[in-house]
Amino acid sequence: MKRKLEISELIFKIISYTLLTVFALCCLYPFVYAVSASVSGRSAVEYGSIVLFPKDVQFDAFARMFSDNMFWNAYSNTLFLTLYGTLWSMLTAILGAYALSKRRLLFRKFFNFFLVFTMWFSAGIVPQYLNYIATRKVFNAAGIMDDKWLVVIAMGMAAMNIILLRNAFEGVPSEIEEAAIVDGASEFQVLSKVYIPMSKSTIATVALFFAISRWNGYFWARQMISNQNEHPLQVFIRLRLEQYTDPEVIAGWNETFAADSVIYALIVCSIVPILIIYPFIQKYFAKGVNVGGVKE
Amino acid sequence: MKVRAADFLEYDKENQVYRVSPEQAVRDDVEKHYWRHVGVTILKDWRLYLMLVPMLLVFLFWRYLSMYELLGCFKVSDSVVPVSQQLFSGFSYFKRLLVGGDTLSTEFWRALRNTFILSFYGLCFGFPIPIILALFFNEIRSNAARSVYQVLTYLPKFMSTVVMTSLVTMLVKQGSLTTGMGIISQAMESLGLISHEVANAGLLNNPSFFRSIYQISGIWESAGYDSIVFFAAIIAISPTSYEAAQIDGADKMAQMRYVVLPSILSTIVIMLITRIGSLLNIGYEKVLLLYNTNTYVTADVVSTFANRQSGMAGAGASAGTGIAAAAEMMNNVIGMLLVIGANTIARKASNTSLY
Repeated sequence: MKRKLEISELIFKIISYTLLTVFALCCLYPFVYAVSASVSGRSAVEYGSIVLFPKDVQFDAFARMFSDNMFWNAYSNTLFLTLYGTLWSMLTAILGAYALSKRRLLFRKFFNFFLVFTMWFSAGIVPQYLNYIATRKVFNAAGIMDDKWLVVIAMGMAAMNIILLRNAFEGVPSEIEEAAIVDGASEFQVLSKVYIPMSKSTIATVALFFAISRWNGYFWARQMISNQNEHPLQVFIRLRLEQYTDPEVIAGWNETFAADSVIYALIVCSIVPILIIYPFIQKYFAKGVNVGGVKE
Repeated sequence: MKVRAADFLEYDKENQVYRVSPEQAVRDDVEKHYWRHVGVTILKDWRLYLMLVPMLLVFLFWRYLSMYELLGCFKVSDSVVPVSQQLFSGFSYFKRLLVGGDTLSTEFWRALRNTFILSFYGLCFGFPIPIILALFFNEIRSNAARSVYQVLTYLPKFMSTVVMTSLVTMLVKQGSLTTGMGIISQAMESLGLISHEVANAGLLNNPSFFRSIYQISGIWESAGYDSIVFFAAIIAISPTSYEAAQIDGADKMAQMRYVVLPSILSTIVIMLITRIGSLLNIGYEKVLLLYNTNTYVTADVVSTFANRQSGMAGAGASAGTGIAAAAEMMNNVIGMLLVIGANTIARKASNTSLY
C-alpha cells in the first residue's frame, strides 16, 4: 500500500520536472535566439544557420541602431508617456478610490456602478477612435497641439485598478483615521499621511500596472500621434519591422549585417531595460494578481 | 417590521398630546427637501467630492462619450456631422450586416465566427494550462529551483504585444531567394510536420496556421503569469490535509481530486468568470499585428473588421462608421450578456461572484 503511494508521487514528480523544464526552455529560447541573431554575421542570419549560439559575431546592427536618432527619440517619447501617463492615472485613481472607499459618500453605489459598467461594456475601437478625434479637436482649440498630451490624459484609465485601490483603502482601520482627524488633519492630510503609507504595496502594484500598459501602448499611439517624431518605441519597432521585412528593402540590402539583425537588435533593446528592473518589481507584479478579487 | 407610534411620536405630558418627535421631524424634513440636504452634505464635505471629480470626468469623457458615439450605429453615418445631428436610420445597418446577403454580411459573419472560435480555443487551452503549471510548481520543493522556473515562465509576459508579435513574425517568417525562413518554420519542416513549400511561404501567410500561432503565442506569453494566482491558492492548502489523505490511502491522483481541487475551486471559478467576461473582448491589437490579407479567412475578428470598415485603418474601401459601430455594438452586447450570465451562474452555483 505504502509503496504504491510513493510510486505515484514519484511518477508525478518526474513528469512535473520534465514538463516544467521543457516549458521554461521554450519560454526562454526565443529571447536567446533573438540575442544570437542580432549579433551574428549576415550570411549566418540570412541562411538561417543559427540555432542557439551566434556565428561570425558583429555589433554593426546595434551600432546602426544606436546611431539612429529616431531610435533615441522613440525611447524618450516612451519614457515621457510612461512617466506622465502613470502620474496622471495614479493621481486620478488614488483621489477617486479614496472618495469611493468612504461609506459616507452619497450615491456611492451609483459611482461604483459607473466604474464597473465600463468593465462590462466597452464602446469598441471605432467609437473610441471617433471620440479621440473629437477630443483632439478640443485639445487643439485649447492650444495643446502636442498629441502626446492627448495620449497621456485621455487613455490608459482602467476601472479594475481603481477598484483594487478602493479595496485597499477600505482595509485601512478607521481608528487610525479618526485619531488623525482628532489631531486636526484635513481630508488631504488623512489621505497623504494615513491612507497612502498604509496601502503602499497595493499602490506600487497599481502604479506598476499603469506603467506597464503605458510602456506597452501601441495601437492608440499609432492611430492618434500623427507626428513621426513623437512616436513611442512600440510604434517605432513596428514601423521598422514593416520596413525591414519588405521584400524590396531586403532585395536592395547591401550592409555587412542582415536586415533581420536590426529587428532582433531592436527587440533586444526594448526588453533589456525591463529585465534590469524586473528583480525589483517582481514581487509587486506577483502580488497584483492575488489582490484581484473584486467585491461590490 | 411593525411600525409603532412610539417610533415617531412622543407624549407631551403637560399638554397631554402626542407630538412628532424631533428626530422624526428631521427625518421628515430630509424626505421633503431631499435635494437640499444632498446639496448641504456635499457642500459641507466638498473636499471629498472634489477628489471624485477628475476620475468621473475621465470616465465620462473617454468612456461614456465613446459609448455615445456608438449610437452612430442607428444613424446615417456622416464624417462631417456629429452623431447628435445625424439622421436616424433605425436598424438598417444591423439588417445589412446580419441578412444583407452581400460580401459585407458574409465578412461580418466570418468575423463573428472567428471571434467566437479564437476566444473559445483560448478558453479551452489557455485556461487549464496555468492550473496544470501551478500543480507542477507545487511539486518542486526547493524554493530556489522553483524561483528559477517561475522567473523563466513569467518572462514573456514582460514583452509588449508589439515585441511579442515581432518575435513571432520573425520566427515563422517566409523564405525568399536570398534569405532563409524563420527558425521555427525550419524546425517544423525538419521534423516533417509541414512541407517545404508551406514553410517557405511563411506560416503567417497561411490561414490554416493562424489560430494555432495565435493560441500558442498566447500560452507562451501568459501561461506562467496566469499560474501565479492558482499557485498561491495551492500553497495555501495546509500540509495536514495531504497527510490525512495519505493515511487514508489516497495516491497522487486521489489527492488531486479530493484535496487540491476542492481547495482551489473558488479561485478557478473566479478566474473562469473573468475569462468568460472578456471572451469576446479578445486582443484586437494582437490580431491586427499578426494578420494580413491572406489570413482574413481565419484571423479577421469583429474589432478588426470594424476597424477596416470604419476607414480608420487608412487603406482599402470602407463601408462607413455606421456599419462599423453596428458590428461592434453586437459584439459588445453579446460580450456583456456573457459577463452577466457567467456571474449569475457562478453566484448561484458556488456563492462566488466577481461583481
